[in-house]
Amino acid sequence: MSPTTNSNVVFEDVSKFYGEVLGVNRVNLSLPPGVTSLVGPNGSGKTTLMNLVTGLVRPTQGCVSVLGLTPDEPEEFFRHVGYCTQFDSFPKGVTGFEFINQSLRLRGLTGNEAARLTAEAIDRVTMGEAAHRRVAGYSKGMRQRIRLAQAIAHHPTVLVLDEPLNGLDPMARAESINLFEALGKQGLHVIISSHVLHEVDKISDQVVLMSYGYVVAEGQIHGVRTEVKEHPMQILVRCAHPGLLASRLFSHDHVVEAKLNNDGKGVLVRTKDADMFYQLLNKIVVEEDFAVDTVAPNDDDVNSVYQYLIGNGGGTV
Amino acid sequence: MSTAAVARAGKSWNDVPWQLWASQLAAILRIEIKKTLWMRRSIWIYLLAFAPAVMFGIHALTSPMGRNCSIEEDTRVLAYTFQIFYLRVGIFFGCMGLFTWLFRGEIVEKSLHYYFLSPMRRELLVAGKFLAGFITASLVFASSVLLCFIFAYGHFGPTGRAFVFNGPGFGQLTAYLFVTILACLGFGAIFLALSLIFKNPIIPGVVVLLWESFHAVAPSLLQKFSVTFYLKQLSPVTIPPDGLMALFTVVAEPVSPWLAVPGLLALSVATLVFAGYRIRRTEISYLAD
Repeated sequence: MSPTTNSNVVFEDVSKFYGEVLGVNRVNLSLPPGVTSLVGPNGSGKTTLMNLVTGLVRPTQGCVSVLGLTPDEPEEFFRHVGYCTQFDSFPKGVTGFEFINQSLRLRGLTGNEAARLTAEAIDRVTMGEAAHRRVAGYSKGMRQRIRLAQAIAHHPTVLVLDEPLNGLDPMARAESINLFEALGKQGLHVIISSHVLHEVDKISDQVVLMSYGYVVAEGQIHGVRTEVKEHPMQILVRCAHPGLLASRLFSHDHVVEAKLNNDGKGVLVRTKDADMFYQLLNKIVVEEDFAVDTVAPNDDDVNSVYQYLIGNGGGTV
Repeated sequence: MSTAAVARAGKSWNDVPWQLWASQLAAILRIEIKKTLWMRRSIWIYLLAFAPAVMFGIHALTSPMGRNCSIEEDTRVLAYTFQIFYLRVGIFFGCMGLFTWLFRGEIVEKSLHYYFLSPMRRELLVAGKFLAGFITASLVFASSVLLCFIFAYGHFGPTGRAFVFNGPGFGQLTAYLFVTILACLGFGAIFLALSLIFKNPIIPGVVVLLWESFHAVAPSLLQKFSVTFYLKQLSPVTIPPDGLMALFTVVAEPVSPWLAVPGLLALSVATLVFAGYRIRRTEISYLAD
């Protein structure tokens, strides 16, 4: 873990027990700005970790700080933090507009300022037409979006989103992902938990993989993948003569497998040492004037790493 | 908006963000008063509060110009109604329903986290919610007591008006309203604190009811931890100690009003400080609740 800094979300030896039930255990993390995905099966501790960040639950041991602040200083802390929980519940009888406006007034904003920020947040999640209808009449996707709008309305620096894509239709899902990506690029901390791995994979700067309350891997997804030694890297090489390339690769120890891709237009290579493989490929290309169209890792996405570490019983990196 | 002046340890009195706290308190009051005044759950509280007013109204209609009754008799009935019904039943259960629901309701509806995620001290939330409940309860019960008073003396015509404006009537009305407000304050603080300790406040509520009803048999020091101990002696009309009623009405070692009022206020403030301490340690785990 990198040293504690004031610009990171930091967990220092954090454990949380609910009575005798483990929430998370001995978590040490330092999350830099950008999009961080929390990945893990149900009950792995993702929500507990998010609730710890936002002070909704207290650590049994250790401490959590956000930009050097703790929830014990709520007036300063929650100016920077927005949290969209997975509780699909609202204060009774409110419209979407009132829901966001009330939360902004609780921040001490004036009526005009709160109304302006409310309209802006509603616009960002494209809920303008339904804003003055009661939330009780919203669809699940609309409720999800209005909660997201509430979480971002005050322009937080740290945005925590628990399963934010649940219940969204494909269009709203794509818009939300674009929004998260844009916020991450603006230098915000966006911490997302999601089961839709291939979607968060596209926008994640780093991932935290969790299982049974433990962090089993963390960091940039490509780096995490490289560390999973027990599963050779898969690399897809697209070229005009895949059979010929496969025959050249077989003789090397670090190449575990080289087989023709299903479409017949490439070789799918499994190697224990990706660096050596790339050097070998360069050599073949240069020395034998071999035409290669594309070279791309085939299993260094979140989904593959998740399967390797957690899906098949898991292992630790 | 500038919220930079955050109350951190070591900051001076002037650095405390009073303006921010005032606007946050106003925001809580706006939300909570609307909620407590108009919620469907409050209907039984209104019925409970205004039942005596209806009885006095019927009595006024059936006894025009004080026929078949006297001011002394109605004054005594009003005193009984106030001490026995309002203080021990109406305001007690009304405050129990209202104040225990302030936080418990948010937990049941899974919406408390919205408050906890606001840049606001949780103690301020306790203060705001308590104030909202206090305003609502005082409004409802003081209106009811006022109606009872109007119905009790209005039907006597000029005699009744003379009793109110030239006799002890107006002073009694002021005292009734003052004690009503104090009762809402004291019971409100207790039930708010109880709701932060117990998931189901019914059983502790029954314990408080027993304590408030029979504290007269306890040692005098312990009696001072009862809300009705202070309220009984502030009531403007003394009820004669007849039979079993003496248990509820007699104050063995009375204290002066100058001590009773600050005593009750101190009891309420201490209870609210405890509630503020509890809320700081409250975690959101709706499933467990």
